[in-house]
Amino acid sequence: MVRKRFITPVVVALAMAGMAFAPASEAQQPKTLRMVPYADLKILDPMFTTSYVTRNFAYLVYDTLFAMDSKGQPQPQMVDKWDVSDDKKTWTFKLRPGLKFSDGSPVKSNDVVASLKRWQTKDNIGQAMTRAGGKWDVVDDETFKLTLEQPFGLVLDGLAKVSSYPAFIMPERLANQPGGKPLNEVIGSGPFVFKRDEWVPGNKVVFERNPLYSPRSEPADGLAGSKAPNVDRIEWVILPDSNSSVAALKGKEIDMIEQVPPDFISVLQEDKSVNTGTLNRQQVYLVLNQALPPFNNEKARQAVAHMIDQNKVTAAMGYPDSIRVKYCDTFFICGSPNATSAGSESFKQPNPELAKKLLAESGYKGEKIVMLLPTDVAYLNAATLVAGQAMKDLGLNLDLQPMDWSTATARRARKNPVDDGGWNAFVSSAAEFNVDSPINNTYLGAACGNSLPGWPCDAKLDELRAQWIAATDPAERKRLLDAFQVEAYRTFPNIPLGQYSTVFATQGGVKNADKLWGLPNVWVLDK
Amino acid sequence: MGVEMEYVVRRILAVIPVVVVVAVAVFMLIHLSPGDPAALMAGDYATTEDIAQLREALGLNEPLWRQFVLWAGRLFQGDLGTSIFTQTPVTTLIAQRLGPTVSIALLTTLLSVIVAIPLGVLAAYRAGGLIDRAVMVFAVLAFSVPVFLVGYLFIYGFSVKLSWFPAQGYVSLSHGFIPWIKSLTLPCVNLALVYIALLTRMTRATVLDVLHEDYIRTARAKGLSVLPVLHHALRNAAIPIATTVGVGIALMLGGVVVTETVFAIPGIGRLVIDSVMHHDYPVIQGVLLISAATYVFINLAIDLTYGLFDPRIRY
Repeated sequence: MVRKRFITPVVVALAMAGMAFAPASEAQQPKTLRMVPYADLKILDPMFTTSYVTRNFAYLVYDTLFAMDSKGQPQPQMVDKWDVSDDKKTWTFKLRPGLKFSDGSPVKSNDVVASLKRWQTKDNIGQAMTRAGGKWDVVDDETFKLTLEQPFGLVLDGLAKVSSYPAFIMPERLANQPGGKPLNEVIGSGPFVFKRDEWVPGNKVVFERNPLYSPRSEPADGLAGSKAPNVDRIEWVILPDSNSSVAALKGKEIDMIEQVPPDFISVLQEDKSVNTGTLNRQQVYLVLNQALPPFNNEKARQAVAHMIDQNKVTAAMGYPDSIRVKYCDTFFICGSPNATSAGSESFKQPNPELAKKLLAESGYKGEKIVMLLPTDVAYLNAATLVAGQAMKDLGLNLDLQPMDWSTATARRARKNPVDDGGWNAFVSSAAEFNVDSPINNTYLGAACGNSLPGWPCDAKLDELRAQWIAATDPAERKRLLDAFQVEAYRTFPNIPLGQYSTVFATQGGVKNADKLWGLPNVWVLDK
Repeated sequence: MGVEMEYVVRRILAVIPVVVVVAVAVFMLIHLSPGDPAALMAGDYATTEDIAQLREALGLNEPLWRQFVLWAGRLFQGDLGTSIFTQTPVTTLIAQRLGPTVSIALLTTLLSVIVAIPLGVLAAYRAGGLIDRAVMVFAVLAFSVPVFLVGYLFIYGFSVKLSWFPAQGYVSLSHGFIPWIKSLTLPCVNLALVYIALLTRMTRATVLDVLHEDYIRTARAKGLSVLPVLHHALRNAAIPIATTVGVGIALMLGGVVVTETVFAIPGIGRLVIDSVMHHDYPVIQGVLLISAATYVFINLAIDLTYGLFDPRIRY
């Protein structure tokens, strides 16, 4: 009796609670794609950080004037028509009609020009454009123009640039805000709207279909063509633990993992209920500090390069043979339009004898070499250990200093001597769009006077890069590209350590995964 | 003002020096540790100039004492500041994480108490017997096996293979009681195993002590049945048990990092770890301050419950 008196109200209370908090019926549920991004979104301003996750976020909420198709060719996106003068110094662009920002205001030329002026101050192609005398002006609400003092071969490539920094278009009042801190307001004309009220940093980022988005009529192709979404809602679920994310995919709680950790690639490739594919190619590279001895001497850098076995590096990172390149002979990503083997001949196999001879000629006297070893980024940790072992085998007095990635990023910005908090070497990686040309490549694209950690400077590279940018004839561009790489193999602004691809995984029920290209362009996906 | 109220006020006022010490210690520790939020914010391909400009804009180049005074000044007005990265107020970030953390803390505690206290009493009553040994083996195992390992086994068994519970994530109560409890079952059971082990051993030891007291022997000699005897014993053994339960709640409210990470629960623990990894100073400072204050208040609450178990205790 007592038990019955106790249990009955509890059951009733639970049932009422269940009814009170009952979820909406299935029929009301929007079509939602749940994806685990490779990192958490922290910064909302794509012109403030080079972080890929912020760029990927921006591709959902902003649009660009041009965009790369799956062949890596720039195609019009927000632009309807464009025209270039015979002397190639004046470019006129007209916007597509009907473009609107997510706040309902029309996209006008003054928004575009303000956004491009902001982009020009940050991006290396934008800066090169400025050095060529590039100036953006409003003609009317739909028309704007670029005037140059000299021809510039990369106008469309720059406007369609995929990474660091893409030329996203935002309202003039946001683009004109001072650049000291990241923008906190998000108003774009892209296919999705950012749901700030549902954003829980470290847990969830939510996007909803932008009802004001005006897609192109061409089908989606790479980042170009129609970006009309097939789903109503996208949820980025932040899962910091790899085991949990794979379990969630297998348990059908999420639809996609953007970057499958190396250890799980083979497991998921064998799972029939899951589809896997490669999203983009990556290069892992070694940076040697050229502001300090011994690597201020190019012979010491060449010596290290002669010790590197790329196959060992990418194998240690845990990537299966099928998605890594055992040896890549170009600085510009094997398989990309700018891939060339010029200058690579003597580096195909490690050559310890030659390496030791070069090191001796560099005047190295056994000084301590500080190498930053990130402990919390597994693949960089592995690559650093392998590169470090090669440097030890060369005879360098290596001091591998373990630290978290955050500390390493702060430390590498210091130019001090190694005994005063400085450093000599670190390993990092970049996606193909930050590697694949003499201007896109972060290290090879940096002119003398740059302030990239490592501070490379080679006047001949600067000259060849400038000529390559200005050249418009394909044969001449190829000749200059080869000459550029030959010089890079001599002075090593950085040393490529290997190439691999990132692998994504989707549920079997997710459609169009074969259309994913370069970054999570999830507007192509359907379920 | 009654004596007890005076005690409560005195203890509440004692929070102030604790918070001040924590504030200074936390501020100094995180600002003197290596790492730079500006370098992380600017991204992998940022130049040293970009980073230097950002440090200036964020006020990180100001002398440390000035940064502390500015922060303390805002704190005095109840403003915990804004995340350097997400530009979100720290109070909002904490509020977003409070639901999962409080849910885990309360459910885990409830489960632990419901299971551990009867087990501990039973083990004490049958000390040296088969049940006692079985309970102690369970307690040693539950305490020794790493939480993350049990978590992964739970996910593999109950999520991947049986599909009974979700492998990850927290569903708020506003989305329904059933989804909420399902999202919390595995993490809470996982975490409760440790607390059950701890509490079972604590209960067993204290009840065992009490069972050897003269008044228990007298009660038994007078023919009192088992349940009333155990009731008396438990009440007299309650203070250390209540202390353990209270400390457990306080620790869980500070965040349970491993469980939150394995089950992707967006709780306070993950917020702290994430902020530490990014050197997001205002968030680290804010969360640790709140955690310290919570700890002090829960300790006060535990002290006040002593009077309920033992009427002789007065403040």
